[in-house]
Amino acid sequence: MPINYYIFVSIALFCIGVVGVLTRRNAIIIFMSIELMLNAVNLLLVAFSKMHAANAGQVYNIGIDGQLFVFFIMVVAAAEVSVGLAIIVMMYRNTHSVDVNFLNRLKH
Amino acid sequence: MNQLVFLVPLLPLMGFLINGLLRKQLSKSMIGIIGSGVILASFIISLKLFLDVRNGHTGVVSLFDFISFGSVHIPFAFQVDQLSSIFLLIITGVGFLIHVYSTAYMKEEPGEHFGRYFAYLNLFVFSMLLLVLGANYVIMFIGWEGVGLCSYLLIGFWFRNNDYNNAANKAFIMNRIGDLGFLIAVFWLLAKVGSVDYNIVFAKATALKHPLATFDITAITLLLFVAATGKSAQIPLYTWLPDAMAGPTPVSALIHAATMVTAGIYMIARSNVLYTLAPVSQSVVAIVGLATAVFAATIALKQNDIKKVLAYSTVSQLGYMFLALGVGAYTGAVFHVMTHAFFKALLFLGAGSVIHAMQHEQDIRNMGGLKRFLPVTHITFLLGCIAIAGIPPFSGFFSKDEILSAAYESNKLYWIIGVITAAMTAFYMFRLYAMTFLGKFRGTSEQEHHLHESPSAMTIPLMVLALLAVIGGFVGIPEVFVKDGHSLERFLQPVFQKSYELRGEHPFDRSTEYMLMGVSVLVALVAAFAATGMFSRKPDLKEADGVGKVLANKWYIDELYDKVIVQPLNAFGKFLDAFIEKSGIDWLVNGVGKGVQYGSRQLRLLQSGQVGSYVLLMIVGMIVLFAIQFFLRK
Repeated sequence: MPINYYIFVSIALFCIGVVGVLTRRNAIIIFMSIELMLNAVNLLLVAFSKMHAANAGQVYNIGIDGQLFVFFIMVVAAAEVSVGLAIIVMMYRNTHSVDVNFLNRLKH
Repeated sequence: MNQLVFLVPLLPLMGFLINGLLRKQLSKSMIGIIGSGVILASFIISLKLFLDVRNGHTGVVSLFDFISFGSVHIPFAFQVDQLSSIFLLIITGVGFLIHVYSTAYMKEEPGEHFGRYFAYLNLFVFSMLLLVLGANYVIMFIGWEGVGLCSYLLIGFWFRNNDYNNAANKAFIMNRIGDLGFLIAVFWLLAKVGSVDYNIVFAKATALKHPLATFDITAITLLLFVAATGKSAQIPLYTWLPDAMAGPTPVSALIHAATMVTAGIYMIARSNVLYTLAPVSQSVVAIVGLATAVFAATIALKQNDIKKVLAYSTVSQLGYMFLALGVGAYTGAVFHVMTHAFFKALLFLGAGSVIHAMQHEQDIRNMGGLKRFLPVTHITFLLGCIAIAGIPPFSGFFSKDEILSAAYESNKLYWIIGVITAAMTAFYMFRLYAMTFLGKFRGTSEQEHHLHESPSAMTIPLMVLALLAVIGGFVGIPEVFVKDGHSLERFLQPVFQKSYELRGEHPFDRSTEYMLMGVSVLVALVAAFAATGMFSRKPDLKEADGVGKVLANKWYIDELYDKVIVQPLNAFGKFLDAFIEKSGIDWLVNGVGKGVQYGSRQLRLLQSGQVGSYVLLMIVGMIVLFAIQFFLRK
């Protein structure tokens, strides 16, 4: 499939993720949107990696760096989610809400 | 011995530091001993230097490199030669007598003020010594400024009186106006010659190849003369000197009679080569000097404060000295500096003795008949008056005659006006003498009760100065009386030689000289007797009117300066203050402050504590960075 299609889908996913981060009030939904952004990027990396492999033909030292990098991103995402969810749990324990607008203690 | 020349100014400086810093701890007698002792020590060293110079040991002693940049080197160096050694003797000798006098005159001052007085006096002597010892114009300028400062400090010594403070301000500010001329002249010299050292400058001025242009020399000498008018109280910067009489009388004697005011004379005498090469400047010097001499003499005719008469007399005599410099009679000018120091200091100290006896009364209309009560003061004052009137064989005659004959040689009109001034000098001095010492006592009976002769610490300096005023003229006996009698001229020959060479020698007619002498002496005697006769019988008591009123009010010059210079400057200052200072600069500076406050208020709103807005800003920032990178790549 032409690479454009992958790019469009990836951009769409990324933008949905950004808008989700900016507009949603529920902290867990915000996390979901962040994951969405990361996955959009993963998709793009894999697509480009396959594109380079397809264009190169039968040469033997093509790199599949893009696909390898996706693994790294997934690992980082997992770590980050664990930390983030721990924070949200603490937040809930203190304020009994996961509403982001509720937390404006940084104001002063 | 030349190597010890640095002690001469150093000792008064030490005296200043000790008396100044320890003025609360030391006793008055200790302060007096230290203050006078250092001057005596400097006098003894100066005496030795003088004898050395007489045997031909002149030279420049360089202490350290003072200012050095590029190709300009200004060392802190002293020049020991005939001119500076004569001035050293005058300054330290007369200075010592005045210090001794002050120990008695200022005795009623509280301890720390007494110490402050002697500290300032020593600082003054230090600065004056730097001035005359300097080997280049910059060291001279250090001393020049220093004496101006000390003059301010000492005139305003009794600082609780606002009038005295104003007088001190006036003196300092007028001095500074002159100093601007000095500075510009020094810069001009540096630009054209590359050095301010006397020997180098004078060599360049008279060099056979590429000498200094006459235009440059004329400009520099005129600027230096502007400085001299400020320091030595000539027209137009003379009005500070009569007001400076607000200071203690010994200060008036030392600073405003014997030493500081002669700094201008010294400077021009030192730069005699430059002045001889610039005839325009010389004429200016002569004319201004002559005008000042006659102008001040007219004012002195109608003054009633004993010190003001002497102040205007000083201005007038300084005018004579500048006249001498202007017609090329350099030796005559230095001679008159010397004799004037003797008799004017004598007169001032005598006036101080009178003021002391009259318990600070200074108006001569309330005096009279003090001859009976103050015998020593009376005799010495009379001797001083005879000396200043120029009656032989006292010192004033010899020096004044030399100046007048040089003036006659140059321009008969100078001589005529000079003789008229001499007549006026004799007249007002004997008017002062008669109204103070002769006739009947016109003061209150309370004052009469307290009249007594001053203590010996005051009368002994008077006697010493009187002796000097009487015999001081014999170092300069003119050719017509004794061949080679003019030892001072022979002594100062090396300093003024170049000028005499450039000017050319004029042989002088013997009979003309006798006639000139005769005329001036006759005129002086007539004026003296007339004044004594008039004022001992009928003192000048009634209010002046007509011409007398103008003279008594000093030709309204102070009022003129106030209208023409002071008030416009004040108005201009107020205008600048209102428009540029308040609206302009204050607005700007306060505006910056207000702007910062406004900006910070706006920026504070960013810290809302809302996580959502923080994330939004992060994303916006990222987009901006991407955009920039995208466009840079292109």
